[in-house]
Formats: sequence, structure tokens, C-alpha cells
Amino acid sequence: MARRFDIRRQTGFTTIAMIVFFALYLPIAVLVVFAFNAGDSLSVWEGFSLHWFERAMENGAVIDASLRSLQIAGVAAVVATIAATMAALATTRTEPYPGLTFKYAFINQPLMIPEIVTAVALLIFFSRIKIWTGYDGLAYLIVAHTAFCVPFAYLPIRARLESMDLTLERAAADLYATPWNTFRYVTLPLLWPGILAGFMLAFVISLDDVVITNFVKSGGQDTLPTYMLGQMRRAITPEMNAISAVFLLISIAIVTVFFFVNRKRA
Amino acid sequence: MPERNSVEIKSVSKVFGFGEYAVAAVDHVSVSIRENEFFTLLGPSGCGKTTLLRLIAGFEFPSRGEIVLAGENIAAMPPYKRPINTVFQNYALFPHMTVAENIGFGLQMLGRPKAEISARVSEMLKLVRMEHLAGRRTSQISGGQQQRVALARALAPQPKVLLLDEPLSALDYKLRKEMQIELKRLQAETGITFIFVTHDQEEALTMSDRIAVMSSGKILQIGSPHDIYDTPADRFVADFIGETNFLAAKVIAPGEGNATVELASGLTLNASAGPGLSAGDAATVVVRPEHASLSRPDAAIVLPALSGAVSNVVYFGTDTHYHVHLDGGETFIVRSQNRVMRHDPFETGDPVKVVFEPGAARVLRT
Repeated sequence: MARRFDIRRQTGFTTIAMIVFFALYLPIAVLVVFAFNAGDSLSVWEGFSLHWFERAMENGAVIDASLRSLQIAGVAAVVATIAATMAALATTRTEPYPGLTFKYAFINQPLMIPEIVTAVALLIFFSRIKIWTGYDGLAYLIVAHTAFCVPFAYLPIRARLESMDLTLERAAADLYATPWNTFRYVTLPLLWPGILAGFMLAFVISLDDVVITNFVKSGGQDTLPTYMLGQMRRAITPEMNAISAVFLLISIAIVTVFFFVNRKRA
Repeated sequence: MPERNSVEIKSVSKVFGFGEYAVAAVDHVSVSIRENEFFTLLGPSGCGKTTLLRLIAGFEFPSRGEIVLAGENIAAMPPYKRPINTVFQNYALFPHMTVAENIGFGLQMLGRPKAEISARVSEMLKLVRMEHLAGRRTSQISGGQQQRVALARALAPQPKVLLLDEPLSALDYKLRKEMQIELKRLQAETGITFIFVTHDQEEALTMSDRIAVMSSGKILQIGSPHDIYDTPADRFVADFIGETNFLAAKVIAPGEGNATVELASGLTLNASAGPGLSAGDAATVVVRPEHASLSRPDAAIVLPALSGAVSNVVYFGTDTHYHVHLDGGETFIVRSQNRVMRHDPFETGDPVKVVFEPGAARVLRT
């Protein structure tokens, strides 16, 4: 009689689910719909047009910020994923020892410390370095993004490692594979889906960040989210909707690609 | 054939944990395994047999003692440097590689030329009769086939010693019987020393040249299947290997390899004996069920006999087990092979005499 415990049979389940789905997706749907508005209103429909997408494409500042975002997210996600992979190997391919739990917490620290605290700390820290070195390029943003991306990359990689059979690595060692060869020929190929998941999560998180970016960036280093935030303070046009819609499309594309890649390998 | 030693284990201990939580999984074990031998480590789960195997493979390192392979102490050597390969209990085949790639992995890691690897892989595929499945993924073949691939993979680099960690336990009964014969054939054809770990006494008896029976981290007895079955060194071994009847007794006169004892029924007999008996001690006399037979109480008997009554008859097809309630209160099981023409069968409640030759009994420490 498993049916009796089926949550779908609870009274009001469908209603509650519907309300939640509407609350989640209706604003996004409205946002996307008005990206195609012919007029410049965010609330009055004046006909279909791709006008705002064209405007956004022609806007040099948008292109600039988008490229910067991708650049930062790309580098930060790669570095964070490498660091996270090493951290995950070090924390799973070992006998448990006192202090291991502390290390988990330490690695995941950016998830627990309020982002605004990290942002202020980085602002102060980097401003010193900026004065000493005179360098005020993108590296600060990349380093900051790498740091808060590590736990997001770490969690799926560690999960994958923990579900992997340790005897496979034993078998490799038994068959004359040095620790490096064991990693290269056995661990890494089996870990790929986890690494890919970690990378994509880190990439999306970096792409999306506002708070830390806003504090760390120097003049003229707007990323797409900080640019959009800046625009919001002035006139709001459906151009923002158009940019958001493209942003959404990219995110969905990444998640979809990941889903299929992961399913094929599983 | 000259009997040279392949692996020598010299008073090896492996202790897990620290201080008062320390547990010796392997406790001062010494054993020499000969070349080309099918050697079995037999014992119940938790007896230390798998830990001992891992120490030989190099997945664990001994707390004390030496493991000598071809004159060299390999106790501290990492597994990838030891010319020893393992067949794992769950096979541990690499799921992202084909059958052929799995088999060739060891040689690839040893840096052998491609031509040699592919020749050797074909040879191994033929040896385990898997030629037609070389290109399959390991997830696309059956459990029995995976077992063969695991064997081929471990044999391909021609190790000095092959370790087998309960490799047959995941197979069903018929396949297990087939693989037992297959393993013996492979061992004979390759001439490699096999060290086989199992908790299945029947498997151990049918396949091994010699067996080491382990319990609580110690080896209790090492010997041929015959030795182990017919002259167990202690009560645990007698109990673990096959079925046995235990009779309480008192030592009257201990001798060299034999002893005179008096059973609870007052019967005295002289039988072969295990170590550590002195006069006046309580002892256990063990008799295998198939080494005893039943007689009618009025039959003329010159052999030692115990009187009782049949309490239960269990039919097994090939043979029948008679449970006899002895007059002294103990239960004795007699196994009798079934024949086509069976006259005068015993039935529950019949008064009987249990008869066995003195040679069938063995006296052990309680």
C-alpha cells in the first residue's frame, strides 16, 4: 500500500505546487515576454519586435561587459575546478583522520561566510596590493571569483569520488600503474562527469556574481551583472529584458549540455 | 619437482587502531607458500585471511614481520612494484574500457610494446575462451564472463603470484562449479602460484594443494585437504571443515600422536590425537558422520559402539542422515549413502548401535 504515502495524494498538493511554480516562473516568463515588446514599456504590450535584442547587440558597453564576464568566468572556473579536484582527491583518497571535517569546512568556507563580508575584506586587501604593485587589471576579479567558486566545484567532484569504487584504483595499482598513471588512466576518466559538473556550476556562479564583483572591480571593469545593475539605476528599458533573456538561454544551454553529457557517461 | 618457496611470510602482524582499541587482524603469522602451488587461506569472515592477502598484494603494510618474494623482502614495497596480481571479489574491472583494454592494462603500464600487448591479450582471451567479446564494454557481459576477464587481466602480465580474493562468491552454484575446474586448469596451464582466499570449505577442499585454516588472525593448521579433513589439529578446524560429531571424553593415557580416552558412555578407545593433551584432561573425540554406521542392537560387534535411538531421519538424495540420540544424552549424526537396493532401513525410534573404526576417531583438546 505504498500509494497511501504518495505525496501527490495529499490534499492541496496540486494547488500548492502550482502556486510555487507560478511564483518561480511567472516573473521570469513576464521578463522574457517583454524582451520582445515593440514599445519601451515593461508593462504595456505594444506588439512583437526583436528591436531590443538588436539594441543590446549594438550596445558596445553590453558586448564589453559580456566578454569580460565570460573571460573572468572561464579562467576562474578552470582554476577553481583544478583546485577543487585536487582538494577532493586529498580529502577522499585518505583514511579519515582527526581534523578532516575541519578541512571540509575550511574548503567550503565561502558558502558559510556572508558574501558581503568577503567582498569588503577583498576590497581592503586588494586596494593595498593595488597601491604596492600599481597593477589594477582583471587579475583581482579572477582571483576573487576563483576563491568563491572552489566550493561549488568541490561539492559535485567530491560526491562523484565518494561514489566511485576504491577497488578500481587498487586494481590499477595492482596492475603496475604508478599513482600518477592510476589517476590518469582510471580516476580521471571516471571522474570526468563530476569535474564537468563542478566546472559548469563554478562557471555559472561566477557569471552571476554581483556583490563581490562590485566591490573588487576597478573603474571600467563592469561585468554583465554589474553593468545591468548600473543601468537599472537609470532608465529601465526592455533592453535589460533582452539581455536577461539571452543570459537565461545561455544558462539553460549549459545545464542541458551538461545533462546530456552526464547521462551518456553514466 | 623441487619444492621451492614462492612467498614466505615471516611472523607477520597487522594491527589496526591504537592503544586499547588496537586489533591484530593478522597475528604473528608465518607460512611458506611453494612455487606452482594452489594455496588456500580458509576461514570464517573476520579471521584475517583477506587482510593477509592485502598484505601480500601491498594494499596494506604489515605492522611487523617480513614478506619475502624471490629472496627479497617486499613488505614495504608499493603494490605497483610487486610482480603479484589480484583477482578481486567484485572483479574491479575498469568500466570505461573494453574487455581487451582491461586485459592489456597491466602490460600497458609496464610499458611493453603495442605488438606484444595485443599478442598477449589475444592469447589471454583464448585462454579464458572470450575471443568473441574482446571489444565489449565490461558492463555488457555477464557475471561469469566478467570473472574470466578479471582472471585474464591478472594473468596477462605473467605475475609470480596470483591472489584470488573470494572470486567465486558472486557466482551462482553451477557457474561456481565450472569456474572451480577452470581455475585449476588455468593454474596448471600457467604454472603460476595461486593464493586463494575463501570461506567456503568445500571450495577449499576441492581446489587446493594445501590449505591454511585461519581464525582470529592466526593460522591454526596448514596441510593438504586430506590432512585438514582427516586429522584436524584442533576443535575449531574439525568444526569448520565439514560436518563432525563431538563426543566428550577424558584422557587416560596420552601417547605420541595418539591417546587413550574414556568416553562418557564408559567406552575406552585409543585413537590418533592432536597436540596438548595430558592425562586426566577433558578432551573431545571427533568422528565424521560418514565414517560411522548403524547396526541393530543385537548384532555382534567387535568395533567400538555407542548405543542410542534414532531421533530423526533426513533424506538428502545422495545420502541419508540419521540423528541418533545416544544413551548418554549426546546427539550423533551418521551419514549413510543411499543405494538402489536398500533393505531393512532404520526408522525414527529404532534402538541402534553407532559403530566406527578406532581409526575414524580423533582426540582433540576441548
